[in-house]
Amino acid sequence: MSEGDPGIEAVSVLHDPVRRALYRHVVAEGRDVSRNEAAAALGIQRSLAAFHLDKLAEAGLLDVAYRRLGERRGPGAGRPAKLYRRGSNEYHVSLPPRAYETAARLLAEAVEIAGADQELQEVARERGRELGRAAEGTSEGHGQHGERERLGEVLAQRGYEPRREGDLLRLRNCPFHVLAGTFPPLVCGMNLALLEGLLEGLETKSLAARMDPRPGWCCVVLSSKNSDN
Amino acid sequence: MLDTRHPGHHLAQFNVGLLRAPLESPELADFVALLDPINALAEESPGFVWRLQTEEGDATSVRPYGDMVIVNLSVWESGRALWDFAYASRHLDVVRRRREWFERMAEPYLVLWWVGAGHVPTVAEAMHRLDLLRHEGPSPSAFTFRRFLPPSCGAFTGRASGGSARGSPRPAGTYPATGHRARPR
Repeated sequence: MSEGDPGIEAVSVLHDPVRRALYRHVVAEGRDVSRNEAAAALGIQRSLAAFHLDKLAEAGLLDVAYRRLGERRGPGAGRPAKLYRRGSNEYHVSLPPRAYETAARLLAEAVEIAGADQELQEVARERGRELGRAAEGTSEGHGQHGERERLGEVLAQRGYEPRREGDLLRLRNCPFHVLAGTFPPLVCGMNLALLEGLLEGLETKSLAARMDPRPGWCCVVLSSKNSDN
Repeated sequence: MLDTRHPGHHLAQFNVGLLRAPLESPELADFVALLDPINALAEESPGFVWRLQTEEGDATSVRPYGDMVIVNLSVWESGRALWDFAYASRHLDVVRRRREWFERMAEPYLVLWWVGAGHVPTVAEAMHRLDLLRHEGPSPSAFTFRRFLPPSCGAFTGRASGGSARGSPRPAGTYPATGHRARPR
C-alpha cells in the first residue's frame, strides 16, 4: 500500500453510508442520474445529495456530464443539469498487493498464441458447471420462477449486474472488461462457455446463454429457450 | 485512440485464415452459412466503407495464398467502426468459433493500415502490408488493434494502384479475383 494509492482513496470515499447508497443507486440505474433524482430516490435533501455526488465524482467513482433536461432551449431554458454516471476508471484494492490482472494478460496472450480457444472454453464450461452445482446445493425453491431468481443471484454475486428486459436477462457489467477488450474472441468465448456451464450446473431449464454483444455491456445475454428473443 | 477520426483517412483491414478443411466440407458448413448474414451485417454497420467481393458476394474465391487460405479485405471510417463491428456485434459469435474452422497461425494474420479516403486497396497492396507487419513489426504503415497507431504525419497512406486512388469504390464484382500467386511459405 503506497502513499496516494488510488484504490484505497476510492474505497475510503465510500466509507460514508449515504455516499455508498448514492453510488449504488447511480450504478443500478445504469444511465445518467440528476441530483434531484438521486435525492428523491434516497429521500434526502438535494443539497446533501449534490455534496456527496460531487465527492464521488472527485474520487473518480462517478463521471459527470452536463445536459439540459426537458425540451426548452435558448434563453429561459435554465442551466444544464449536472448528471452522474458510473465512472469508467477501475479501482482495485489488494492487501497484500497482488497482480492477477498482469498474470491474466500474460496467460491470455499465451493462450491466444497457442490457439487454445477451445481448450479454454472447455475449462470455462466445466468450472461454470461446478459453480452452478455449488450454488444449486445452497439454495431452495424450484420451478421456473425459482430458477430464474437463483440464476439472477449467482450472476449478481459474480459481478454481472443482471437486468431483466422483457423475457431476456441482460448483463450490465462485464467482469472481464479490460481483458475482453484486449482479447475479445478469446475472453468473450470463455465467458460464454462459463455461463453455459453455470446454467447447466444450476439446472436452469428455461434459459439459454448466447452472444449478443452491445458496446459497454457483457457480450452474453440469457434468453428463454422457447422463444427467438 | 480508436475513437479518433482522421479526416481524409479511412482504415483498411486485411486478414487471412488457414482453413481446417475445404470450404465445401461439412466441417465448414456453419461458417459458410454465416457468410451472407455477416457480410450483410458489415454493410449495415456504421462506418462501413467497402469490402472485397466477387460475383458471389463474398471474397472466398480470392485465394492469393493458396487453396486453403481465405482472405478478408475491407475499409472502415475509423478504428472504432471496425472494432464495434468485429467485436461488439453478432460477428463476435463467429470469431469466438474461429478454431472450429481455422488453424492457428504462428504469424500475424490481421493487419490494419490507413488509406486516403476513397482509395480502394488491392489484394497485392494488402499482402504487402501483411508482409510488412510480419517482417518489421507494427508501424504506422502496418499495425494491429493491440498496437493501434494514427496515420503518420505527411506519410502517404494509400498506394496509388491502377489510378483508382480517388473516386468512388469499385462496384462489386469488378475486383480482380485472380492473378495473385500463392506466396511460397
